[in-house]
Amino acid sequence: MTDIAHPLAAPNPHLETSTGLDSRKLAIWTFLGSECMFFASLISTYVVFRGRSLVGPFPHTPWTDPATGRVYEPIIEIPLVTVGTALLLFSSLFIVLALYGAQKGNRKMLLGWLAATIMCGMFFVGMQVYEFTHFVHKGLTLQRNMFGASFFTLTGFHGTHVTIGVIWLLTMFVLALRKQLPAENAVNLEMAALYWHFVDVVWIIIFPVVYLMQ
Amino acid sequence: MATTAVGHEALAAAPGEKTGLWSWITTVDHKRVAILYLIGATVFFFLGGIEALLIRIQLAKPDNNLVSPEFYNQLFTMHGTTMIFLAVMPMSQIFFNYIIPLMIGARDVAFPRLNAFGVWVFLLGGLFLNASFLFGAAPDAGWFGYANLTSKQFSPGMHVDFWMLGLQILGVSSLAAAVNFFVTIINLRAPGMRLMRMPMFVWMSFITMILLLLAFPVITVALILLMFDRFFGTHFFVPTGGGDPILWQHLFWIFGHPEVYILILPAFGIISEVLPVFSRKPLFGYAAMVFSGVFIAFLGFGVWSHHMFSTGMGPIADTFFSLATMLIAIPTGVKIFNWIGTIWGGSLQLKTPMLFALGFIAMFIMGGLSGVMHASPPADLQQTDTYFVVAHFHYVLFGGSIFGLVAGAYYWWPKMFGKVLDERLGKIHFWLQLIGFNLTFFPMHFVGLHGMPRRVYTYPKGLGFDSMNQWETVGAFILAAGFAVMLYNIWKTWRTAPPAPADPWNGATLEWSIPSPPQEWNFPEIPTVTGRDPLWEAKRQRGGTLPEPQRVSGQGIHMPAPSYWPLVTAFSLPLLFTGLMLASKIGPWGIFIGVATLFFGIYNWVFEPSYTSIPGVKGKGHH
Amino acid sequence: MTSHVTTADEHERAHPTPGTYTKVGLVLFILTALEVALYEITFGEHAGALGDLTHVFVPMLLTLSAAKFALVAMFYMHLKQDSRLFTGVFVFPLIIAAVVILALAALMAYHMAFAKSGG
Repeated sequence: MTDIAHPLAAPNPHLETSTGLDSRKLAIWTFLGSECMFFASLISTYVVFRGRSLVGPFPHTPWTDPATGRVYEPIIEIPLVTVGTALLLFSSLFIVLALYGAQKGNRKMLLGWLAATIMCGMFFVGMQVYEFTHFVHKGLTLQRNMFGASFFTLTGFHGTHVTIGVIWLLTMFVLALRKQLPAENAVNLEMAALYWHFVDVVWIIIFPVVYLMQ
Repeated sequence: MATTAVGHEALAAAPGEKTGLWSWITTVDHKRVAILYLIGATVFFFLGGIEALLIRIQLAKPDNNLVSPEFYNQLFTMHGTTMIFLAVMPMSQIFFNYIIPLMIGARDVAFPRLNAFGVWVFLLGGLFLNASFLFGAAPDAGWFGYANLTSKQFSPGMHVDFWMLGLQILGVSSLAAAVNFFVTIINLRAPGMRLMRMPMFVWMSFITMILLLLAFPVITVALILLMFDRFFGTHFFVPTGGGDPILWQHLFWIFGHPEVYILILPAFGIISEVLPVFSRKPLFGYAAMVFSGVFIAFLGFGVWSHHMFSTGMGPIADTFFSLATMLIAIPTGVKIFNWIGTIWGGSLQLKTPMLFALGFIAMFIMGGLSGVMHASPPADLQQTDTYFVVAHFHYVLFGGSIFGLVAGAYYWWPKMFGKVLDERLGKIHFWLQLIGFNLTFFPMHFVGLHGMPRRVYTYPKGLGFDSMNQWETVGAFILAAGFAVMLYNIWKTWRTAPPAPADPWNGATLEWSIPSPPQEWNFPEIPTVTGRDPLWEAKRQRGGTLPEPQRVSGQGIHMPAPSYWPLVTAFSLPLLFTGLMLASKIGPWGIFIGVATLFFGIYNWVFEPSYTSIPGVKGKGHH
Repeated sequence: MTSHVTTADEHERAHPTPGTYTKVGLVLFILTALEVALYEITFGEHAGALGDLTHVFVPMLLTLSAAKFALVAMFYMHLKQDSRLFTGVFVFPLIIAAVVILALAALMAYHMAFAKSGG
């Protein structure tokens, strides 16, 4: 009898692990630990160049270009990014509820809250895209000054991580629709959820450091 | 699980012992992945060695013009980059892959396909990096790529792009392996193998994985910032735009210093396995060895700016990093004393692995001493950027890492290939390597302190460098001869040596309890462990020896199925990065193809079943 | 030996309820509102409403953020209920990350105070 394991089942259902913990969950946590250093390096770069732009526009203060006379308003707009921050925070709540549903075998709960999470994620990415284009209109580009370079790089990589998360969650959603996410396979959603929370937690740091601190 | 012993002939074509190119392309077996690393590492080590010999020929006499200054820059850049990323690290991977699962009593690593992915990315990354030679654009800004020499302004060609993107590809391989082995060591140990009962090689490898996980993301970011500067016009490292080249140095060395511990810790682990076996004594001070390793790793994140003493960081930073660097000599010293304590009073078997292990201790001590000399900023201001530093790091990286890895090669060769390498040829190799190595690098201490700078393609005569450089070149060729002897040894024993027993050295650890080479599933039954040195304990309980283990049929043992998706996914990385490099000429199409391949590979990989009941049996969804 | 698939359930003794999760969510929202409010009364439209807060702004802000971080990690990422191994695997890199950010900021600030910009 061939015994082909379901793709989403534990790697080797016949193998106990030394810690009793699922290796895939341990792998995701390990990866997230590594990602802490990735974002720490990007955040450091932002912090190091704060106040070091040779020309404007600047995050919180207006600036007049002495060469052209053009007035650049402050770039940061608190209301927009606060909405995005709230969205991301709520998406963490929603996904943990979705996971609860998955673990209890409650497919409706899983699907509903997962859809809500994905919506929030997509809105956050949408907000970022809008914000980026808006900032470019206001005169801030990657090449313009150190603020532009470090801002777009840091938030851009974060946004890329969110986008990958959205794609991952969409995949989970399709699996759940096809009834391929029963309670025994919930750890797959837990892995995606941990990644999603991490992306949220990085934003919890980026939001004050980039948008609020002067 | 059935474990009936079967005649050897009946198993020659048993399922699971697959042959042929396709079986290698789709392999997820950690032992085969190890051999793929071996092939890659050997080819790249020899490439790096040729680069070194060309350097040495160029420097053999003053005012030489064998190579142009531009090509010389490419030679030393590629020599360093190749030896670090394409030789020493993959050589460590050979033993991580082959030996760790065997030592912990596992059938494979935690994520076999991720393992295969890692080796393919390494091979493709190495090819990407070396393809630069075909375009006359080999990296030429040093293996550490200091800004702003690496800016578009001062390095307009593709040299730095190849370096930058090639390292990014290789970083993916290292991170994948690090996650895999971190989880494997924590989660796949045999029953009874508590952390403080693991072989020391497993411990040192475990610490290496942690360093990889924490250090590589930092160079990933540094390379991203450099890429943005070069491709997208940012000014992270460009002073005229508000940036600062010193940031590069910090980011690079925050990675770079843990990297050197990544390079040496596996060798430490190997030595800690070889010395006890060939002294017939357990490792002295096991706990101290573990904790000193942990301490070195932790402290290794606090010393990076000792590479920057000449950048004017100020007295407080200088003092801090100087003290931290001196401090790190202490746990290193603890290890050396424990190795000596292991040998002391032992019954020394001076076989080839042991000779290289003893050579390691002596050479590494010398490298460590010059390292401590660098730890003092005022002294370092004299030494930095001279051949004194070249001497130091070759003593620790060659005298340390390479001697250790070669010891491991001779030690574990019988297990991996079923042949014991010839002892006489091994000794010849050892003496050629020891003499050649010291002749090449010892004079560099003097020539450096006399003022010969690093990275110069020639030097004028009459400065006192001439004769020492000549000797160094002679030494380099003696060194090369040593490796030629090793190659001959491998070829000769492959053809004529008798099959090796499971346990040719009277080993202490689990890998010696199974046939040489092991069957696909490693252990017929997962062993239970009750202490350190489990095999010595088992032999003690049975009056000194164990019977030769039999090959079995493997019925009912669950093994991971082969797959080509790791290779497909691996391909997406050079595609993506080549697309990035050519984007200014071909637009975003290369990037799109790379990303599409990446998603295609990952989705197929994730949704493919990973297990079957009998090794190698084809079933639904397998390839 | 029977198969033993570890599920998330087996390792969470006191699995939080949806009610707990929602309460944590509300606290997170309030903390975020406090962050924005702190910004507004220090630098924004209502600057000076509670006096000059510029010197305590950063510590207070970072405390609020740290609290949010801890809540998400402990409750949503289940670190509070799960094996302590996961906490260690996450917290150790966090510490190294924090040290690196602080060290880089300090070293580069000193360096930039002496370096001339613009070549």
